[in-house]
Order: sequence, then structure tokens, then C-alpha cells
Amino acid sequence: MEHIIEKIKKSGLRGRGGADFPVYLKWTMVKKAAGERKYIVCNGSEGEPGSFKDGFILENYPGEVIFGIKIALKAVGAADAYVYLRKDYYRKFKNNLEKIISKQPIIIFQKPGGYLCGEETTLFKSIEGQRFEPRIKPPYPPQKGLWNCPTLINNVETFYYVNQIAKGNYRKTRFYSLSGQIKHPGVYEFPEDLDIKQILQKTDNWPSFDFFVQAGGGASGRILTLKELNQSVGGVGAIIVYNTKKTKPIFLMKKWIKFFLNENCGQCLPCREGVYRLNEILNQPKINWQSFEDLLFILERASFCPLGKNIVVPFQGLIKKIIGYDYDDKGNY
Amino acid sequence: MTMMIRAIINGKKVKVRPGQTILQAARENGIEIPALCYHSDLDAKSNCRLCLVEIKGVKNLQTACSTEIKKGMEIKTETPEITRARKINLELIFSQHFEECDDCVWGFNCRLLELARKYKVKIGRFLDRKSDFPVYQFGPSIVFDTSKCVDCRNCFEICRKQGVNFLKLTGRGWKTKVVPSGQLNEDCIYCGQCIVHCPAGAVEAVGEFEDAREYLSQFQSQNQNKKNRKISGEKNILSDYFGWKNKIVVAQFAPAIRTSVGEKFGMAPGFLITEKLTAGIKELGFDKVFDVCVGADFTTIEEADELIMRWRSRKKMPMFTSCCPAWVKFVEFYAPDFIPYLTTVRSPHIISGGLIKTFWAKKQGINPKDIIVVSIMPCVAKKYEITRSELKINGLKPVDCVLTTRELIYFLTKCKIDLKRIKGRKLDSPLGSPSGAGVIYGASGGVMESALRTAYEGIISRQAARQLINERQKKNLLKIEFKRIGVGREFGEIREAKIKVGKKFLKIAVINGIGPVKKVLEKLRKNPRLYDYVEVMTCPGGCIGGGGQPVPTTAEIRNKRAIGLYQLDKKKKIRQAQQNPIIKEVYQDFFAEEKTRHKICHTGYSKKKKGIIKILPSGQH
Repeated sequence: MEHIIEKIKKSGLRGRGGADFPVYLKWTMVKKAAGERKYIVCNGSEGEPGSFKDGFILENYPGEVIFGIKIALKAVGAADAYVYLRKDYYRKFKNNLEKIISKQPIIIFQKPGGYLCGEETTLFKSIEGQRFEPRIKPPYPPQKGLWNCPTLINNVETFYYVNQIAKGNYRKTRFYSLSGQIKHPGVYEFPEDLDIKQILQKTDNWPSFDFFVQAGGGASGRILTLKELNQSVGGVGAIIVYNTKKTKPIFLMKKWIKFFLNENCGQCLPCREGVYRLNEILNQPKINWQSFEDLLFILERASFCPLGKNIVVPFQGLIKKIIGYDYDDKGNY
Repeated sequence: MTMMIRAIINGKKVKVRPGQTILQAARENGIEIPALCYHSDLDAKSNCRLCLVEIKGVKNLQTACSTEIKKGMEIKTETPEITRARKINLELIFSQHFEECDDCVWGFNCRLLELARKYKVKIGRFLDRKSDFPVYQFGPSIVFDTSKCVDCRNCFEICRKQGVNFLKLTGRGWKTKVVPSGQLNEDCIYCGQCIVHCPAGAVEAVGEFEDAREYLSQFQSQNQNKKNRKISGEKNILSDYFGWKNKIVVAQFAPAIRTSVGEKFGMAPGFLITEKLTAGIKELGFDKVFDVCVGADFTTIEEADELIMRWRSRKKMPMFTSCCPAWVKFVEFYAPDFIPYLTTVRSPHIISGGLIKTFWAKKQGINPKDIIVVSIMPCVAKKYEITRSELKINGLKPVDCVLTTRELIYFLTKCKIDLKRIKGRKLDSPLGSPSGAGVIYGASGGVMESALRTAYEGIISRQAARQLINERQKKNLLKIEFKRIGVGREFGEIREAKIKVGKKFLKIAVINGIGPVKKVLEKLRKNPRLYDYVEVMTCPGGCIGGGGQPVPTTAEIRNKRAIGLYQLDKKKKIRQAQQNPIIKEVYQDFFAEEKTRHKICHTGYSKKKKGIIKILPSGQH
């Protein structure tokens, strides 16, 4: 029988947690890593606003996910696995998952923190009982992850598809979370390269009004206008539709920044102070766009972790593509 | 020999050691990269994001402090993008930092200001968000002004590394704060390592530098028209301010400051300036200047004696040193079951202070009440030590005031006394000339070595019933064993040695940096015979790395300061405490009465509750 890692490699499966990393590569690294103890983590923290497909999978295909984890336990030679669930998922799915797990070495763990605990090294720290903050990388999780042991960490959806690959059912699809000002919000499964326009049309969600979308995720996803919808979604597969006329960019930005202000960890200067000042600027009667731009610049170039770096993505899109028309070059509304 | 690897930094080919970070490699090659939260004692945290560099082929800027340099790497440390990022980052740092530059332990040596100039930073670009943050005072030793804190976490990390865990991180995001522990079973031991690890001057000793500043402003206003800077003859001003009118004010300085105080006057760390230092202190108006190393010689004699006694009776073993007041506080608070194991001998400056107010006062015919003793120390825990009432002799404190090395430098600088130019002067006799053993008290391992230099003969003669050991054998023994506890120690390292004494071995351990102590104590609880004699210095490297020393204090600087002390020891003709003539004089005459000796040289300890933590409103400290 062909080894599962070989099969995953042939399938071309990439991680569905947002970073798009080739799955076989991670598995190979963990398998080859020296260490008596190894761990597997199934990341079900799903903290990105506008993403709810992991919850959908856990509700409808829990057996498949657990089977995927079981395959991983065997394939990389790990001792224990954790299913890391955000609080509401934990409440909803714990009992059912435990029934399926039975006596396998798989532990259900309730996420103690917020958004940031979805970041892999922060997630490890939260299990270890430390402050919820990312670690310096390298070492990467396959070298030193949970309790400093080689760790394979993949998203819920990734494990689901590993199960499909093992059973020969993988058809290069992924799950999409659709929300915003649309008629039929929900989770849909489509080919991974389907473009946004087709997804909206096929789900009968194509709006009749002027709109733009946020693709990838509700906090760090990129802003796309009508002309740009011929591309695939990426990220965690979330699409949020905004009615251009009914959406005030400034309110949207305030909403985003408030989210980060509540969710960031406070470890690195650009994110801690930068987000604080971005919020301050947005709440002033007149926005200082020069400072705004400077702060986005250091967030992108100098933040400690990917979450800090990704904060700028929706802001830059919104300012350039949406506000760009409404503001003059002096920054007046 | 490790193989060197080649890399390119700013177009320059460099050879670096594998495993080094970009920051270390660059600095070794004379390329400076700004780094605020980086300290050689701590693991890289890379949270200040100033050490950003560009690596060819790598997306986004990387932090030099945490990135390992690799073969063939092409690194740029200054580009327009890096400059822009550093400028904005610095502006954000300043938005957290309430400036009070003329009252800062960094003085005008401030890296923040230096970087602000280099990167054309607008210091006030963002409003200070911490201007109303509180100021904490820990006991009589440490002040933490959180309105100056830039959240680099060095204090938190060093407190953790010290095993004290008094400083805590609370909150998340921009609400993250370093705060003192509210737990009753956690207390500050006043080591002051947070002070020398803070890049922003948010932590300082109590009195730094308000006391000096206030005094000096009075002094200067009264001296405006006088060419003569000397406070000598103007003593009444100094006395007036401190309430010491018509007093004899005596200064004594610690072993460890003679190789560090020069750093602020353009001299290299480790450069010895005992006589210049004496001259500088005299110039400030002190009537007499004595050397605490002489007090150390007394400590040595007493401690050696106590060691011999305990070794013979095998009671209260192992014996711990007690020169370090932070360590004493640690035992009294965190491990009171070990109180009986501390030597009862007082620390050097307390003994010499006591001698000044008894032996010297009697000799000079001065009423001890008219003497003020000011100790100049590399330490902030000493400010706490002198508040201990059990140290009083005939109702008087042996030492009235403790100034840190930094406070002395502040005084000297403000009075325009340049130690580089000043002509050296001799210390005052008879308490002015120490043995080499007294000098090395300033470095980790020094107390132990000094005591053993003295105790060795005693132990041999008593324990081994005058077993014959020829001189050469004895010398070699000492040399070999002590080499290992000498210079070159690493922070948190436990150095162990066995010394053959007759048929037995004396098992010793030297600890610098109090972090590993809890584990050692745990081992001793299980096996009290693990060691016979243990020296603990709370600060890394001993007092040369003390919390009262000039900033920056790094591993490299500490090492140089220690080497300076050991060189002085080598040059000394008298290297054993008991050979110091003043020791002979005092013991033969003044200490003839056992009670006197005990009163001046010994003390007691007791279990301590948590000390007082004051919360002062911002700007009031």
C-alpha cells in the first residue's frame, strides 16, 4: 500500500488554516524530526471573523476529521494528538467527538484565549499554560512545537481532506464560508480554484447592488472590487460581501481596528503601539493619513508574527480601492 | 577551533562564528545595529523591532537579535526602508516613555536619545499614553516609574531569571503592564537587576537622583561666585541638607566600584582608579575616605573563624556567606529554614562602618554621634541593609547613608570633577589599606576565596592535627582550585570545587546570579552534606554586576570589571586578610574584649514578611 504521505504529496493538498503550506512537506518534516515524543494538533480555533467552515465540518463530518488525525498519528509516529477547539465548538462538539475518539490518544482541548490563539506557536503556549503570545520562529513547530517536541499542526479542514485522500475521495475541493449582505450565507464545498465570481453566482448570491468583497478572512482578508473577482479566494476560504453604498469605510475600519485592539497580544512594539495609535487616529475628527500610512508600514514590515503583518491587508485595500475615490489627496473626506 | 563562516554585511565580507546571531556577528565586526530589548544576559525576545535588517532573498525585514547568521548570507543593516521603520518604531517607543532626562540612570548616555538624533525622530509625534501611570517603590531600595516603561520586558525576564518572579506581566495588547506581585509569598529582594537591564531608565534606586539634585541645587546657588568648586570648607551645606550640621562626614567605598566608576569618565571597564576615586570623593567634601575592602578583611577573618568552628563541630553546615543583603533577604523571605546556615558575620561595609564609629572615633577622640558614614556601593540592596535595626551599635547605625555608584558619578559629574584628569590621593589611614583578599570581594567567588585563604591554615592545623603539608603543595592546591572559581564565570553558573584538607575534602560551591539557588537549596534539604561552604552573590558576576552599577552592564563589561579586581589582588604584597597590619592592631587591642568584637562583627537574622510596596502617583518619587 502506498504511504499516505506519498498520496498527500500527489494530491497537492495545501493547509487550510490560511498559510497554504504544502501538507506533505509538514508531515515529512515531523516524521523525520528527531525526538522521542511528538504531538499532533488539530487546529479548530477558527478565530477569523467570517470563517465558520471548521465548525460546519466538526458538526457534519467529525468522524472524518478524527480519522484524519488517526492517520497522522500513525504516519508521523506521534504519541498524542490534541483537538484544539474554540469555546463554543468545544461546548457543542466535545461529547460527540469523545464518543468517536473512544480510547485513542486524542485529547479535546478548549481554547482559553481569543483570535491570537489560532496562531500555531501561541496555541502551543496556551496549552502549556503560558501567556498567549507567539514565539520566535525558527524553530518551527515540526522541529520544536508543543512542549518543545516536534509537532504536526494542521487545520480541521486539512484533516478532513486527509481522510478523503486516504479513502480516495479527494477531488481538489475546499470549504467556503459565505457571509455579509447576501441572500444565502453558509458553508459551501467547491473546487479550490473556482473564482469568487463563480462561487457567488453558483450559490445564487450574486448581489443586485454595487458591492465589494473581503476575501480570505473577515479580519485579515483582502478587499476586492467587482473587476477583481476572477480569482480564487485563498486564506481560510471566507467571502464577505459588502454593499458599497451602505458601507461606511470609516466604520468598517473602526470595526477592524477594534477587533485587533482587543485581540492582539502586546508583545511586539509595532502591533501593540501601532494598533493603539491606528485606533486613536480613526477616532479623531480628522484622519492623519500620513501617520496612518506610517503605522501600516511598520505593522507590515516589522511585526513579530503573521497576524500583525496581515492586519494591513484589508486597510490597504479599502483605502486604495474604496476610499481612494472618496478622499482627496490631502485626506479630506 | 570552530570553523568560521563567511557572510556579507553592508557589502563588507565578514567572517563569523556559526551559531551567532546577525546582531552578535555584526557587533563583533564593528557594525552597530540598534537593539533596545536585547541584553546579553537574556534570550532574544525581539519585541522592540529596532534591530531590523534586510536579508537578501528573504521577504520582510528580520530582527538581527533573533536570526542566526548563515553561510553566504547577504545582510544590509541600513537601507531607506530600515531607516523609515526604525524612525516610526522609535516614535512609538517615545509615545510610551515619559521623558525625564536629567533624572535618569542613563544620564546623557541614553541610547534612546542617541537613536532619536540618528533617525531624526519626532519625539512628541504621538501623545505620551503613559503620563499618568503610577510609580512603585519597593522597600527602601527600588523605584519603578511605569510612565517611562517601554514594555521591552527586560525587567520581567531578569526577575524571572533570578528566580524571584516578583515582577509580573498583566493584561493583553496595549494594556500589557509590568507590575509588582500582589501575592504575599512573593517579594522583591532588592537586587536591582531590573535597573541595570532596563533600557529606558524606568527603574532606579530610591533617591536616584532627586536627593543629589536637590542638594546640588542648594550647593550651586551658594557657590555661584566662587571659583573654588570644592565642597571642602563648605561642608555645612552638605550637612545642612542631609541634617548633618557640624558632623564629620566619612565616605567609604566598596571593592567593586573601583573598576566601574571610571566607565563614565571615558575609561575602559576594569580600569582601576582607587586613588583617583579617593581624590574625587574628597573633592566632593567628605572629611575622610576609607576603603570597604578593609572591612572585607575583617569579614574574612571572622568568617574563616566561623567556618573552622562549624567544620569542626559539623553543626549548622553548610555555611552560607551573608555579605549580599539581597541573598540574605531571599533566605529570610523565601527559605527561612536556611537562616541558621548563614554566617552571622556582618557584611564588610557594616563592619567598617562600625569600626569607624567605635575604633576610629575612640582613636580620634570624636563622639561617634558626630560621625556620619556614607557607603558608596554597587548595590541597591545595601540601601535596605542599613535599615536593619539589629545592626545598631550603642544605638547608632554603623552606616547612615548608601549611595550607588551611579549616584556618586552623578555628584562628580555635576560638580565637574573629572576622574580622568584628577590627581590621585591616598586613602585615609588607618582603615585605608586592604589586603588583596579584601579587594576580590567585589567579584563572584571572591568572598569564598578570601575566607579560604585565611581558613585553610586554620582548618589544616586544627582538623588534621598539624599534619605536615609543605608550602609548595599548599600553594599549588590553592592555585589550582581557585582558578576554577575565579574570573570567567557565567551568569547563573554554579561552580563547585573540592579542597583536600587533611584526609577530608572541603566541598564548596559558588553561585552568581541567584536563579539556580532554589534548586541548590532543594538539594541541600535532601542532602545537607552536599556542600560545606557556599557563596551566593545575587547579581551576575557578583558585586561588579550589582544593581547600583553604571549602565550599561553587560556580561562583557562585568568580566572586565572582575579582571581589574583580580589584577589588583595579584599586585598586592599582602594577599591574606590576617596579614593586614590593621587587622593585627584591632584584634590585639580593640577586639581583645570578646563582646566588642561580636557587637561589631556579628549579627542575626529572622524570618521576614513581605516588604512595603508603595504606589506613588506619577511624577512623585
